[in-house]
Amino acid sequence: MERSPRVVPAPVSLLLVLGGAFLCVAGGVPGLFLPPGATARRIATAGSVGGSLLGLVGAVSAAVTGRVETLTRPWPLPGAALHVELDALSAIFLVPLFLVSALAAISGSRSFGDEEHPSDARRTRFFFGLATGAIALVLVARNGLFFLASWEVMALSAFFLVTADRSSREARDAGRLYLFATHAGTLTLFGFFSQLRHLTGSTELVPLPPGVAGTDAGTALFVLALFGFGFKAGVLPLHFWLPPAHAAAPAHVSALMSGVLIKTGIYGILRFTALVPDPPAAWGDVLLVLGVASAVLGVAFALGQHDLKRLLAWHSVENIGIIVLGLGAGLAGRAAGRPEWALLGLAGALFHVVNHGLFKSLLFLGAGEVVHVAGTRDMDRMGGFGRVLPKTAFFFLAGAVAISGLPPLNGFASEWLVYLGLFERARASGADALRAAFAAPALALTGALALACFVKAHGSVFLGSLRGDPPHAHGEPALHVAPMAVLAGACALLGLWPAGIAPALARASAIAAPGPVPAVPLAELASLVTVGLSAFALVLLLGAVGLLLRRRLAAAAPTAGPTWDCGYARPTARMQYTASSFARGPVGYFGWALRPRAKGAPVTKLFPVTASFESHVPDTVLDRAIVPAFRAGAWAARQGRILQQGRIQLYLLYVVATLVALLLRV
Amino acid sequence: MIDTLVHVLLVLALPPLLPGVIARTKAAFAGRNGPPLLQGYYDLARLLRKGSVLPAGSGWVFLAGPVAGVAAPLFASLLLPFGGHSAPVSFAGDMILFAYVLALSRFFTATAALDTGSAFEGMGAAREVAFSCLAEPALFFGFVALARISGSLSLSTMLGTGPGWVTAGAPLVLVAASWAVVLLAENCRIPFDDPNTHLELTMIHEVMVLDHGGPAFGLVLYGAAMKLFVLSALFLRVVFPFNVTDPRLDWIAFVAGILLVAISIGVVESVMARLRLVKVPQLLVGACVLSAFGMLLLAR
Repeated sequence: MERSPRVVPAPVSLLLVLGGAFLCVAGGVPGLFLPPGATARRIATAGSVGGSLLGLVGAVSAAVTGRVETLTRPWPLPGAALHVELDALSAIFLVPLFLVSALAAISGSRSFGDEEHPSDARRTRFFFGLATGAIALVLVARNGLFFLASWEVMALSAFFLVTADRSSREARDAGRLYLFATHAGTLTLFGFFSQLRHLTGSTELVPLPPGVAGTDAGTALFVLALFGFGFKAGVLPLHFWLPPAHAAAPAHVSALMSGVLIKTGIYGILRFTALVPDPPAAWGDVLLVLGVASAVLGVAFALGQHDLKRLLAWHSVENIGIIVLGLGAGLAGRAAGRPEWALLGLAGALFHVVNHGLFKSLLFLGAGEVVHVAGTRDMDRMGGFGRVLPKTAFFFLAGAVAISGLPPLNGFASEWLVYLGLFERARASGADALRAAFAAPALALTGALALACFVKAHGSVFLGSLRGDPPHAHGEPALHVAPMAVLAGACALLGLWPAGIAPALARASAIAAPGPVPAVPLAELASLVTVGLSAFALVLLLGAVGLLLRRRLAAAAPTAGPTWDCGYARPTARMQYTASSFARGPVGYFGWALRPRAKGAPVTKLFPVTASFESHVPDTVLDRAIVPAFRAGAWAARQGRILQQGRIQLYLLYVVATLVALLLRV
Repeated sequence: MIDTLVHVLLVLALPPLLPGVIARTKAAFAGRNGPPLLQGYYDLARLLRKGSVLPAGSGWVFLAGPVAGVAAPLFASLLLPFGGHSAPVSFAGDMILFAYVLALSRFFTATAALDTGSAFEGMGAAREVAFSCLAEPALFFGFVALARISGSLSLSTMLGTGPGWVTAGAPLVLVAASWAVVLLAENCRIPFDDPNTHLELTMIHEVMVLDHGGPAFGLVLYGAAMKLFVLSALFLRVVFPFNVTDPRLDWIAFVAGILLVAISIGVVESVMARLRLVKVPQLLVGACVLSAFGMLLLAR
């Protein structure tokens, strides 16, 4: 539960993590020099898998034992030190990182191979390893400058991953937008770390002195952290780079970025608030509001998409919102002096970090296969793929149930903790509880919308009848199915046995929220054993009813018949519901935020010959705020061009005028 | 132990009676005799004996809908107190599990509808999930209000606070009104949906199950009745949270209450017309606002 003061002489777990990170990076290097082919691919995949396994062992042991291991080496840069530390909080983020990176690397070695992408594949494998290693370093760095350096390596390698397919204009555009967003975030983080140094007097990540958090300087620090880390996490309205980037990247890259990389933003916020001994209540409320906005609007935007990968990317915004909601509940609990609220909120957020890493990578890997087979990302042109890809359909369904937060899978378990944190606070007396009282129904709305969205995504892709023959239909190779099976298995395990991860979550939460810890252990506080048993009972009950139905069906062999056609005897596959038509209702409810654009004339007279309809939900923040703001900036800059004449005399005149102006002022 | 046994027996045996009661009430209003009270049981027995026709191309997902449709409300009922008897399973936060288990059945019912590839069933599934997006927050605002009134996070205690009507009468009225709307909407009763209609374009729930037949359709009907029963029990406990001291009388009071709820539904269905589909979201948002307002009244 609490941080062990004993420093173990040999930091074995930490060395395992560092060694694993190194191996991940090193695996991709030979491929840069070898000719493209199977050898280079095998080395890179082996490096990623071997390194990830090493790191996984280290991270899991740190999460299980709760030991804190430190390693320090001087670095020639002033103020910088190679100071790394592995504790339970880092470990909770490292475990999904290594798990997802190994599985995504295996999946990507086949789906993004040298045959189809001769010039890009080896480059992508190198940057994939580099990103994995850099994320691991970010998660263990305890020196501000070292953290920033790792952060930047991570951000840049992600840029090269987003633009992995250099021939795609869409990918290049998405990469540019990403580069802008990540550097805006990094710039803010420079401000954050210099402010932190100003307040603590050290570039090391040491706790703030008590009382600082409530001052203006503390508020500035919080705002900088929120902005800098929020950009990476994709908290609304800083999310605008995320949907295009995750849609354009190869599927295994999206799995790593969406499943793990964006969580470094969450990690940053947690690591920062861990340094604050007395967070003001307002911080928690700000996070609650941001969390609700991200969750509800993220899923609403997801519903409006008919691009499968963009839909999944918007769900990352939603899930980040749920995580931020948990962080907000945690901070508010700390501010109110109620450690049990803090524990429930933070543990829920951390659990959701792990869970989202699992089911989102599962969904992205499945989506990658679908997109490859269909030759398009447009869900309106899909349908019936369950017949071509039965295993993918099954695992995607598991991911859909998990991400919708439904029992008996893991999404429910983590949302359960966040809910409980909110409800515990909401039932307390006082107007303060009202904020949580509004957040819980907002989370329920999010859950219902997510359900609608994943019924739509799974149904319109895999169910129904095929709309024509898919262009790249082939079998389902083991290299593709196995990673999804592992991820789905992990989702089921954590859903049926959430108490198993509870001690690790509690240890990580204790680091994120230094101070008093609740007397009751987390598993008991949240009845996690009961929740796990309930999930198990639910599975048994489903199985029992299923068996009953099967026996009844077997008694009289069922025959296949035509689908009910309402008297219209010539239905075609084109008449089945599309993703867009499915989502029309709820998208309409959120029309004020989504601003859906529709093209096509309504059908007016009898027997219309042709009619067309097309709808599109663009990113309101990007389209209505960011792009206009930058247009205005560009316009203002163009006006300033009058001053640029290219004549040296004029420039000298400017210098003289400036000097005179300065002298006159003094 | 005996209470648990009675609890489970009631959940298994009573639900098919409710559609019969509703139908008889409506018949009485219309001056007809109506179908026998036990028609629901006859239908089930008949359907379970039949062979079945599966729509071409549908897979196991098509059958997962009816299975989840029965298993989920059955599981949810275990978390719900019936009358004065506390639920067989009860722990802090069980109402969240209750709501999410019902959501699981919605997920699979809608997914099963999409498995047929029929435009009508897609339409029904889309309506079902869209409308419950609005019903879910109404339910949760009510949970928050009840949690604040009772100071507890477990359905068994939240719904067992008789004195709540004395101390927090107004919020409870609002929550009850809101949940009455949720009860009708989630069970596809008039004014939201007419389970007796046979016009695909106007249906919600019924259109999703058009292609189910035989034992699978039997499970669909059974599951729908069970869901009606479970949500009625939830609603009943809000409007009548009082305990009858004698346990046997309490069971009788509970069954009588459930039948009364069914009769009230029949009365509502007799005196109201179906809403136009575009008005349905407005009524549901109204329900949300009602329970949110009820919760706000408790902000002291």
